[in-house]
Amino acid sequence: MNPMRTTRTDSKLEKILAAGHLAVTSECGPPRGSDAELIKKKADLIKNHVDAINITDNQTSVTRLCSLASCIHLKLMGLEPVLQMVVRDRNRIALQSDILGAASFDIRNMLCLSGDHQKFGDCPQGQNVFDLDSMQLLQTVRQMRDQGKFLGGDEIKRPPRIFAGAAANPFADPFDIRVRRLAKKVAAGAEFIQTQCIYNLDRFEEWMKQVRDRGLHEKVYILAGLTPFKSAGMAKYMKNKVPGMDVPDEVVKRMAGVPKDKQAEEGLKICIESIQRLKEVEGVRGFHIMAIEWEEKVPEIVEKGGLYPRPDPAAL
Amino acid sequence: MRLRYPDTIRIVRVPCTGKVDIVHILRSFEKGADGVYVVGCMEGDCRYNRGNLRARKRVAEARRILDLVGIGGERVQMFNLSSAEGPRFAQIALEMTEKIRALGPNPIKEKKNKMAA
Amino acid sequence: MIVADRKPIEEIIEYIKDANKVLIVGCNECVTVCEAGGKKEVGVLASALRMYFMNQGKDIKIDEVTLERQCDHEYLEEIRNIIDQYQAVVSLACGVGVQFMSEKYFQTPVFPGVNTCFMGVTEERGVWSERCQGCGQCILATTGGICPVSRCAKRLFNGPCGGSSKGMCEIGGEVPCAWQIIIDRLTALGRLDDYEKLAPIKDWSKERAGGPRKVVREDVRQ
Repeated sequence: MNPMRTTRTDSKLEKILAAGHLAVTSECGPPRGSDAELIKKKADLIKNHVDAINITDNQTSVTRLCSLASCIHLKLMGLEPVLQMVVRDRNRIALQSDILGAASFDIRNMLCLSGDHQKFGDCPQGQNVFDLDSMQLLQTVRQMRDQGKFLGGDEIKRPPRIFAGAAANPFADPFDIRVRRLAKKVAAGAEFIQTQCIYNLDRFEEWMKQVRDRGLHEKVYILAGLTPFKSAGMAKYMKNKVPGMDVPDEVVKRMAGVPKDKQAEEGLKICIESIQRLKEVEGVRGFHIMAIEWEEKVPEIVEKGGLYPRPDPAAL
Repeated sequence: MRLRYPDTIRIVRVPCTGKVDIVHILRSFEKGADGVYVVGCMEGDCRYNRGNLRARKRVAEARRILDLVGIGGERVQMFNLSSAEGPRFAQIALEMTEKIRALGPNPIKEKKNKMAA
Repeated sequence: MIVADRKPIEEIIEYIKDANKVLIVGCNECVTVCEAGGKKEVGVLASALRMYFMNQGKDIKIDEVTLERQCDHEYLEEIRNIIDQYQAVVSLACGVGVQFMSEKYFQTPVFPGVNTCFMGVTEERGVWSERCQGCGQCILATTGGICPVSRCAKRLFNGPCGGSSKGMCEIGGEVPCAWQIIIDRLTALGRLDDYEKLAPIKDWSKERAGGPRKVVREDVRQ
């Protein structure tokens, strides 16, 4: 069944994508404390410029305010959250329970992830769970929604109506199976994809070509992930230290080639140029702008990228 | 060459230093030796390829253990020389004897005697 | 084999310091091969302990014995006649041997002399690495003979994750990415299409999660 152009949930994100608009999402990381104002403030900065806001789930395995509670705060502000959920910390009981919890607040989008290994975080001695993997979590969400059944087979009263998403890294190794892996996620039930940060546009376009060759772009909405560099140092760090990140030398050079006080501006420029180029790539259905601790720049990126104003989902 | 070396040294012949095990070194101390040194061929010249390299690692491990149990790892040492270096052999015997004298007797020897008495 | 690593001598000293007579028991199986608890290691540990206590002025007698196995009744029985002389036993077998000895000689304190690590292979002398976690339901037939449960840091059934980089796992420490190897193997076997088959959700009840496990074979049972 071709999922495009029809909606199966009340997700605003799905509605906008189905209507054929380029969608814009962004993400906010919850605070390392219980002050909800911090997450609300971040959301406020971007709420008029994005269709939905991802809330990360203890990213890089550092303990933070939980994704679900943060999503509820956003929901109560009238915004559209995307609940990120990693399988690192919860078994299938907790995962299903949290999905129901999210659905009880009518949180309508979920991004299913494996999660970074706990080694990177503040609890490297902790146990990890990995009862399911990210693909099996996708299957779980879809089963709960479409069949109205728990993994155990029992019926769910008021099944969750959640638009199911997954991440894809077009650059990770081994490159040969990146498209096969996407196909697998689609088969598992992914309806939208948010990609890893794209800096190597040529390689991304090559990946998209392979995606189109298999017709996957007609089966899943692909949102291209972008993160603006704040400095040349950040570009070098992303290139050398972050696994699965592909930052070409020219990009690092370009960042380093401008004076320090102009580097942030250059970073934004690269990001905006990327949007303009990727908009033209067949199968790219939107953008996921991850401005890490730089949320205030999202409106500018969206506007200059020609993605503003955002469509009103109520009018679609 | 009738070279003299201290008569406190007792030589244990082995076909290759690769035959020397950690436990041989440890048991020597257990039985009251004040010091042990292992004399092997030059590194790279082992007739059995890696015998003296193995010995070097075992000596290092024996030192670690002797430090842990309070005997002192510095009482064990490995030397590499060729069979043509008679004078150096005597020289090493002297050096080692002086070094061990300076360190004093194996601490467990006295305690063993005390316990026996 | 079961791979174990030596425990620090200080830790073992702490266990046995109040005993007068101690038996160090080695095992001739896995721990001998991984050089953690065989006859040689028993000799080294016993000698080190004797020297330590002598140096402390403590008269502790430390004896040595190495059994064929510590996970079978018949070999553990070999020390039945002598075990009562000892106030403490240090077993250099894996955790299995330590426990079986504890169960058998219920009045004797038995202490572990090694840290039991995993089921693995000898990559080369001095290097052992994990291959199996005994999950109770082997899936190696579908993964080209390479196990994602024991060799993927996230035990992903549909890997790799985004952290696989140049064939290595994101956790570092020179750990190869299991899924890179699985994909290389499937490619070598001409079975890469199998990669796209979704692995079903695992039944972990056959694993540790299901509680202590037991295999009962009526056909061979006496």
